[in-house]
Amino acid sequence: MKPSRLNACGEWVLDRFPLASLWKDHMTHYYAPKNFNFWYFFGSLALLVLVNQFITGILLTMNYKPDAKLAFDSVEYIMRDVSWGWLVRYMHSTGASAFFIVVYLHMFRGIMYGSFKQPRELIWIFGMLIFVALMAEAFMGYLLPWGQMSYWGAQVIISLFSAIPVIGDDLSLWLRGDYVVSDATLNRFFAFHVIAVPLVLVMLVFMHIVALHEVGSNNPDGIDIKKLKDKDGIPLDGIPFHPYYSVKDIAGVGVFLIFFATIIFYMPEMGGYFLEHANFIPADPMKTPEHIAPLWYFTPFYAILRAIPDKFAGVIGMGGAIVVLFLLPWLDRNPVRSIRYRGGIYKKALALFVISFIALGYLGTQPATPVMTNIARVFTAIYFGFFLLMPIYTRWEKTKPVPERVTMDLTLEEQFPAICEVFEEITEAASAPDDDGHQHAFRSVFFSRRPNPEGMRNVATRLAKKLKKSLD
Amino acid sequence: MKNLTTLLLLLTLSFGVRASEGIELQEADVDLGDKASLLRGAHHFVTYCLGCHSIKQIRYLRLALDTHADEKEVLRDIAPFGASIYDNLHSAMNKHDAEKWFGTQPPDLSLIARSRGADWLYSYLKSYYADSKRPFGVNNLVFEDTAMPNPLWQLQGEQHAEIRKTIYGDRIDLVLNKEGTLSEKEFDQMVNDLVTFLVYVGEPAQMERESMGKYVLIFLFLFFGLAYLLKKEYWKDIH
Repeated sequence: MKPSRLNACGEWVLDRFPLASLWKDHMTHYYAPKNFNFWYFFGSLALLVLVNQFITGILLTMNYKPDAKLAFDSVEYIMRDVSWGWLVRYMHSTGASAFFIVVYLHMFRGIMYGSFKQPRELIWIFGMLIFVALMAEAFMGYLLPWGQMSYWGAQVIISLFSAIPVIGDDLSLWLRGDYVVSDATLNRFFAFHVIAVPLVLVMLVFMHIVALHEVGSNNPDGIDIKKLKDKDGIPLDGIPFHPYYSVKDIAGVGVFLIFFATIIFYMPEMGGYFLEHANFIPADPMKTPEHIAPLWYFTPFYAILRAIPDKFAGVIGMGGAIVVLFLLPWLDRNPVRSIRYRGGIYKKALALFVISFIALGYLGTQPATPVMTNIARVFTAIYFGFFLLMPIYTRWEKTKPVPERVTMDLTLEEQFPAICEVFEEITEAASAPDDDGHQHAFRSVFFSRRPNPEGMRNVATRLAKKLKKSLD
Repeated sequence: MKNLTTLLLLLTLSFGVRASEGIELQEADVDLGDKASLLRGAHHFVTYCLGCHSIKQIRYLRLALDTHADEKEVLRDIAPFGASIYDNLHSAMNKHDAEKWFGTQPPDLSLIARSRGADWLYSYLKSYYADSKRPFGVNNLVFEDTAMPNPLWQLQGEQHAEIRKTIYGDRIDLVLNKEGTLSEKEFDQMVNDLVTFLVYVGEPAQMERESMGKYVLIFLFLFFGLAYLLKKEYWKDIH
C-alpha cells in the first residue's frame, strides 16, 4: 500500500514539475566529449567551492557581528567558543583562496583550449562576470574580520576611486559612507557580501551553465563533436554527462578535498598567504601597518596598479587588465581552438603570459622598490601585449590540421609503465647487495637504487627537447 | 586623490622603519604537546605579564580543559587570588593609568603569537639591554624604542649592548652584565614556556585541529580510492 502511495505523490509532482526532463536534458542526455582531461575538473570544483562558501558563510553569519566595535572579537568568539566554529571559519577562509585557485585554472583551461571562441563567447562573458563578482565578493568579505589588513586594504582600494577625475572624491565618500573606512562601511560591505553579490553570483553561475548546455562543452582538441553523430543523433565522441562525468568529477572532488583538508587542518594561514599575519591585529585607524598587501589572488592586478606611474592611469590599467579578458573572443583571430593544433607563436605568447601573470602575482606581494617596480613594468607590458597584439600575431600563425575525431589521452594507469621507465633511468641499482636474503618489496625498489646522474641528464635533455618541439 | 597620495607614500615610507628589520630572530622551541611547559607558561604570564596585558579571549576554564589540568589546581597555581574559573584573563590595569605611565595602552595579547610569530616573541623577550636614554632605562634590539619595560630583568639579569665591528658592518651583541636570579638556560626555558603559552592562546583550537586532521585525511584517501574504482568501472567501455 505504502510504496504506491509514495509513487502517486511522485507522479503528482512530476505532472506539475519537469524534473524528469530537466534531469534528462542536463545530466543523462547531455553529451560531453569523452576526452576531457585534468583541466576539466575545475568547473565542477568551482561549483563545489561555491556551495562550501554558501554553507560555511551562512553558519558564520549566525555568530558574526557586523559592527566595528564587535566584529573582530566576534570572529575570535567563533574561533574559540562556537562549537566547530574554527572549522567553519577555516573552511570559509581557505575556500576563498581555493575558489580563486580553481577559477584561475578554469580560466586558463578556457584560454588554452579556445573554449571562449565561437560559439561559446557568451559562456566566456558570463564566466568573466562571475570572476568580477567573485573579486567584489572576496574584497568585501575581507573587510569583515576587521583586522588591520582588512581595514587598510579596504582603505587603499576604495581610495582608488578618488583617483577618478571630477567625481572621484565624492564617489569614494559615497562608497564608504564616511570619510574613512568605518562602521558604516563595514555594515554595507556585510550586506553586499552576504546578500547582494551572492545572489548575483548564483544567477551568473546559472546562466553560465545554461549557456554551456545550449552549445555543449568544448574539449582538449577543440573539435565540434556535434558534427559527427550516429543514427540516433548522439555525437560519436560524446558520452552522457551522468554517469560518466559525475563519477569522474567525484574522484576529482576526492583529490581536491585531500588538498583542501590538508590546508584547513595543518596550515590554515598558508604562511600568511590565505590569512595574513597582520590581520590578527584589530583594525586601528590611527596606525598604518608596515606593509599593506592584498591577498594573493589580487596581487597580479595590484602589481599592475603600482607599476604605472600615474595614479589614475594605474587604476585604468588595473581595470583594463580585467577588461581585456572580456574581449578575448574578438581579439583572437584564429579559428583553431585548441593549443594542440595552434602555431608556435601563440604557444610562446601564452607561455609568456603565464610567466608574467605569476611574476606580477609575486611582485604584488613584495614592497615596491624601484627595481621591483621596473620589473613589474616589463611584465605589465607583456600582460597587455599578449592581449592587444593578439589580433596581429594570431593572423601570422601557422596552425596544424585539426583531426575529425577527438584523441584520447592516456589514463593514469596507462602512463604508469612510462613513469616506471623514467624512474629506472634516473636511478641505478646500488652495488652493495642486501645481505638479508628476505627483502621487502617496497624497500628493494626504493632503497636499493641510487640516483643516476647520467640518466637524469638524459631525461632532462629529452624533456627540454620535447618542450622546445611542442613550442614550434 | 590627496588621500591616495598620502596612503601610497605611507606605504613606501612605513616599510623602511619596520621594527625588526635586519635582526636575526632566535628560534623558539614550541611544543604544544608539552602540557607542563604550557602550564608553566600560563603561570609565568599571570605572574609577570597580566599586570599590564590582558588575554581577554580565553578563560581559565578553557586552559584547564585543553591541558587536562584540574580546575582547582589551575585556580590555585595559575590564576590570581580571587579569580573564578570562568574569568577571562583580564588585566586589572585601567586604560587611563596605562596611558599616563607608558604613553600607550599595553595591547591585548590574545593573538600576539599569530601576528608576530613565536620566534619574534622569544627573541623580543630576550633582547632587552640597558639604555639610559630610554624612560625605563632599557631598550630592545628586536623592537627598537619599545614602550614596554623589561618585566623579567630580575630573572635574566642586566644585559648590555656591545658594538662589534665586522666586515659586514657594525653588529650589536648583548652581553650579560649583572647575573639574574635564573641561569641563562633556566631563563631561556622560562621564556620558551611563556611563548608556548602565547602560541596556545593565539589559537586554542590548534591542538584539536591537528589531532583531528589525520582522521579526515584517512577518510578522504579511502573516499578517493572508492571514487576512483567507481570511475574505472563506469569508464571501462569508453575508448
